[in-house]
Amino acid sequence: MAELNTGDGGGGKGGKVRSKKQNSKVDLTAMVDLAFLLITFFMLTTTLSKPQSMSLGLPDKDEKKPDDGIKVDEKRTMTIMMGENNKLVYYMGLLETPIAGPKDIDYGKGGIRKELLARKKSVIEYTGNKDKGIIVIIKPGKKSKYKNLVDILDEMAITGVGTYAIVNDFTPKETELLEKK
Amino acid sequence: MAKIKMKKKSTSTDMTAMCDVAFLLLTFFILTATAKVPEALPVDTPSSTVQTKLPDSDLAIISIGKGKDGKSKVFFDIKGRELRKKTLEGMGAKLGVAFSEEDKTKFSLMDDFGVPLASLKQIIDMKAADRSKANQPGIPIDSLNNQLKEWLLVSRRAAIDLDDKELQIAIKGDAKEDYPQIKKIMDILQDQKVNTFNLVTGMRGKDF
Repeated sequence: MAELNTGDGGGGKGGKVRSKKQNSKVDLTAMVDLAFLLITFFMLTTTLSKPQSMSLGLPDKDEKKPDDGIKVDEKRTMTIMMGENNKLVYYMGLLETPIAGPKDIDYGKGGIRKELLARKKSVIEYTGNKDKGIIVIIKPGKKSKYKNLVDILDEMAITGVGTYAIVNDFTPKETELLEKK
Repeated sequence: MAKIKMKKKSTSTDMTAMCDVAFLLLTFFILTATAKVPEALPVDTPSSTVQTKLPDSDLAIISIGKGKDGKSKVFFDIKGRELRKKTLEGMGAKLGVAFSEEDKTKFSLMDDFGVPLASLKQIIDMKAADRSKANQPGIPIDSLNNQLKEWLLVSRRAAIDLDDKELQIAIKGDAKEDYPQIKKIMDILQDQKVNTFNLVTGMRGKDF
């Protein structure tokens, strides 16, 4: 495709000195290449630099209104507590009469996710209703990091648990469990 | 006998039009791209697999992170120039600090800041490069002097006045920040009946 100015081929044969005919065409290939490279770069950087976000909805906080006392079946609830140094404790049901746990567990694929998926399945089997799935209560402790909260919220998104709540009240027994090494 | 000459086809195509288009697009992307200014408070966000993007306008970002001195600081940022102007105007009127028209224009081009309103003027007067170097103490969020609350209230009202839209609020917390600090911000938001907000996160690999 390269097209150089060749001028006229048989120049200088005869005695006549002909003025060289300039070829007006310029090779644009390299220029177009460069332009598209830059376009790609700018396109990608403008869309990729946008930060991601996860949206979080919290329940209405109304001091005056007392607890409605909506009772849920405790067999459907799973409580996850986050403590210091990436400690994670979970239990099913009530702490006094737990169905499973309380047990320490790891973050991530092999730990809490496996448990969540298994529990999600077993709760649906127990209720026999797809709409009545697992309810996860997330309790971030005072010494837990923000990362822990985001990790757990991310697990909720990954495992597809739709009903979860962030609760900040700890019973003394739960605190003890969380402080325990 | 006359020889039949095969017509030699030229392999070169005319690239002029293609070049024109390419450069037009290039100019467009360069102009729309905004240069990234170093943030006044560098925050290392935790990563997540959620892929929702933040909106470009009508957004307030509350950054929480540790400054150079190791203390937790709260910074505030509003996206949208008109909105920033209007918010500063409202804040000035509310807390009795006068801002000139020039200040407002400068403020509208700024990024995040973390100073009490009284010393905001000094930050506005600084050069962009100096702002990130200046040791900004963070916006006061104590119960006695809760300026973050005021900023939120004023900016939300400004967003409604300008675009008739509810301001989106995002929390950009440092991964290593203690949860109670984040909780404090969430409480301030919930006191204003803002129950839905975004948590800014980074990208995480698919196989997490």
